Amino acid sequence: MPLDTKPNVIPTTFKTVGTRPVRPDGVDKVTGRARFGADMQAPGMLVGRVLRSPHAHARIVKIDTSKAEALPGVKAVITSKDMPAQEGCDMDVLTNVMARDKALYDGHAVAAVAAVDAAVARKALKLIKVDYKVLPHVTDVDEAMKPDAPILHAHIEHEYQQDLLETAGHVKGKKERTLPKGKRPSNIAGRYEFGHGDIKKGFAEADVIVEHEFTTEATHQGYIEPHACLASVSSDGWAEMWVCTQGHFMVRDVCAKLLGLDVSRLRVTASEIGGGFGGKTTVFIEPVALALSRKAGKPVKIVMSREEVFRATGPTSSASMKVKIGAKRDGTFTAADAILKFQGGAFPGSPVEMGAMCAFACYDLRNVRIIGYDVVTNRPKQAAYRAPGAPMAAFAVEACVGELSEKLKMDAIDIRLKNAAKEGTVSSYGPTFGPVGLVETLQAAKAHKNYKVKLGPNQGRGVASGFWFNFGGQTCTTLNLNSDGTLGLAVGTPDIGGSRASMCLMAAEELGIAYDDVRTIVADTGSLGYNDISEGSRVTFSSGLATINAARDCKKKLCQRAAMIWGIPEEAVEWKDGHARPAGANAGNFEPLSIKELAAKASGTGGPIAGHFEVNADGAGPSFATHVVDVEVDPETGAMKVLRYLVVQDAGKAIHPDYVEGQFQGGAVQGIGWVLNEEYIYGADGRLQNPGFLDYRIPVCSDVPMIDTVIVEVPNPGHPYGVRGVGETSIVPPLAAVANAVSAAMGVRATTLPMSPPKVLAALENKMRKAAD
Amino acid sequence: MLTVKLGGSLAAKAGGKSEFEIEGRNVADVLRALGELCPELKPILDKGVSVSIDGTLHREALYQPLTPANEIFILPRMAGG
Repeated sequence: MPLDTKPNVIPTTFKTVGTRPVRPDGVDKVTGRARFGADMQAPGMLVGRVLRSPHAHARIVKIDTSKAEALPGVKAVITSKDMPAQEGCDMDVLTNVMARDKALYDGHAVAAVAAVDAAVARKALKLIKVDYKVLPHVTDVDEAMKPDAPILHAHIEHEYQQDLLETAGHVKGKKERTLPKGKRPSNIAGRYEFGHGDIKKGFAEADVIVEHEFTTEATHQGYIEPHACLASVSSDGWAEMWVCTQGHFMVRDVCAKLLGLDVSRLRVTASEIGGGFGGKTTVFIEPVALALSRKAGKPVKIVMSREEVFRATGPTSSASMKVKIGAKRDGTFTAADAILKFQGGAFPGSPVEMGAMCAFACYDLRNVRIIGYDVVTNRPKQAAYRAPGAPMAAFAVEACVGELSEKLKMDAIDIRLKNAAKEGTVSSYGPTFGPVGLVETLQAAKAHKNYKVKLGPNQGRGVASGFWFNFGGQTCTTLNLNSDGTLGLAVGTPDIGGSRASMCLMAAEELGIAYDDVRTIVADTGSLGYNDISEGSRVTFSSGLATINAARDCKKKLCQRAAMIWGIPEEAVEWKDGHARPAGANAGNFEPLSIKELAAKASGTGGPIAGHFEVNADGAGPSFATHVVDVEVDPETGAMKVLRYLVVQDAGKAIHPDYVEGQFQGGAVQGIGWVLNEEYIYGADGRLQNPGFLDYRIPVCSDVPMIDTVIVEVPNPGHPYGVRGVGETSIVPPLAAVANAVSAAMGVRATTLPMSPPKVLAALENKMRKAAD
Repeated sequence: MLTVKLGGSLAAKAGGKSEFEIEGRNVADVLRALGELCPELKPILDKGVSVSIDGTLHREALYQPLTPANEIFILPRMAGG
């Protein structure tokens, strides 16, 4: 059978892949038929509500639920006592979904109720009496790193070192000497270091050195659909959940572990999802709904309010950073150094390690060092947000690169081209790059018309590049041939960006049939083997790889059936253009059999025909992007207008170009919001001041121009069609690109995000004051 | 012998040593040997790490064959959004 022995050669031409058909879920979504998390209903369903801490940091002395339990219509009340620690469960996750001895942030869940309706549930929450002993709190990353900061967790210890004292703002000398040697309780959960070479020597070789300190604020993914789930535990212990999530297999396994259930007893179905961007890669209300249902004996639905989403789900980290880059007069970088401090909320696990790995990944550096600190604070536990950690690090690094280009009077793209990472470059985080497309994105950006537009007064142009790894992961896919020759494709990766259309395209391409003849569904956890979360830009890569191989498995079986019908060996049959055909003149003279004809004969040739593929997919190719943006600053109000925006990114191969471009545009727009307006604002009391879209402003259509896109295709050798992930890289450069544009427009370096109008005005006034002096 | 390099926090857990010469045929052999050489590293290795082989990231490819010609980096376990 030739199909098994063909080498993995990436095709250069495609019939179906690369076209732009309408997405299969489009009509349902625009007509309101699509069922999101909150749309799920069950007979006898109760309403779940969560009581949350009003304090940033407090010891929970006592919780009295008796009055709530006595309220008519209340069917269950739970606290952490109803969710005891199970062997092997992740205690940080368990403690985050329901506080145990301490409330660690404003919004931390402390109890929950299930009642016959929302009014009774709200009333019951008011009847729960919690005695708190309020403790000192800390929400700022630099403050939290100080040796005398309020400590969140007694078990987290760190040995304070000289570099740390410097980064935390402590001068060398008296205070340093008073610290006892050895480990002591700390909010520093980890210190990480990457790099190679000798940065001291590298900086000594530099003709120009740029060094700045930067800060970014925590931002939320801003998905439109709040978290929602419906849990139903039956009296015999079997359970079902319908959840708005990026990974229903993860929800099943984590919930089963937290509540001590057998995995096989819990079946989870993923609803349609109204955005996730990484924020729905963990659990918040799901184990709570399950515990309430178990106690009440009835289905329980919990839908978060927008305020709860802000206060109690996972925004990204805020960051405090210091970056230094040295260069020769010709623009060659000689050394680069960075210290990144990320707070990740009340539990360890900020994405600082990935930020550290991505920080200088765009550049070929002989001498480089990155130190990262993972810091806990009295804020909600951070969750992933598109390319976690990379956008903040890129902001600081690319700002310095921008300033170097100005000081050296070099074109902003030329200096990046001179130092760009390419195939064979030893990356700043260690491994040597294979084929990558940064140079191609820079060349395409330089050739684009936007880069040639002449700027007017108060306008500035910014350029930035960015990197993201892209991942593969566990994937299981089944392709079922229907009796009429159409196909049902079952994948286990929730569709968060149009992936069902891409899967249909790949299956159709491989089988040589029409796009409309394939229908993709996201199957529940009882229908497929384990699938990792839809994260890490992995879905089109790994679910696509599995789909292509499931289609090849299907083709092999179709050829076997044709061979049976013709009475010739399987090896003498090939699959071409949607038909089984005799492979060459010696195979015999038979009329080709179409997939529809073979489907119709399936019953008589051995029964159903299906292709399967299971894999822990490796070989995801990293991707690079370059963004170019023009802005105009109003010097009277500090308001900023984005005039034009260009995204150039290496997709490897764009399966459905509309959705690739959509990912590029979405990342750019979220980045624009991050750099211009979005921020978590905490008061002196440690409470979040702006938990709603009125006070936390995400960009709307009128805030942004059309985002221009250029798809670069440097094939990834690790995928049958050359696919790289595209979902995350697009959010890496925008913070830096826009900040560089704002800096150019103002004539002042922007080092603090967001660059909201008051900060822009203050920077301009400061500049004028200095000029006057 | 395979040359195995450790990235980021992993080197700190290996007493600051970032490069090891290890006898082995695949990723599982490498992780087992590292765990024995560096007990402080073992819980992290058991929980899961990423392995870069010639620039390609692998997350749990324990039986991926290795040769002395491969560039092998053990990196922290990574997650995306």
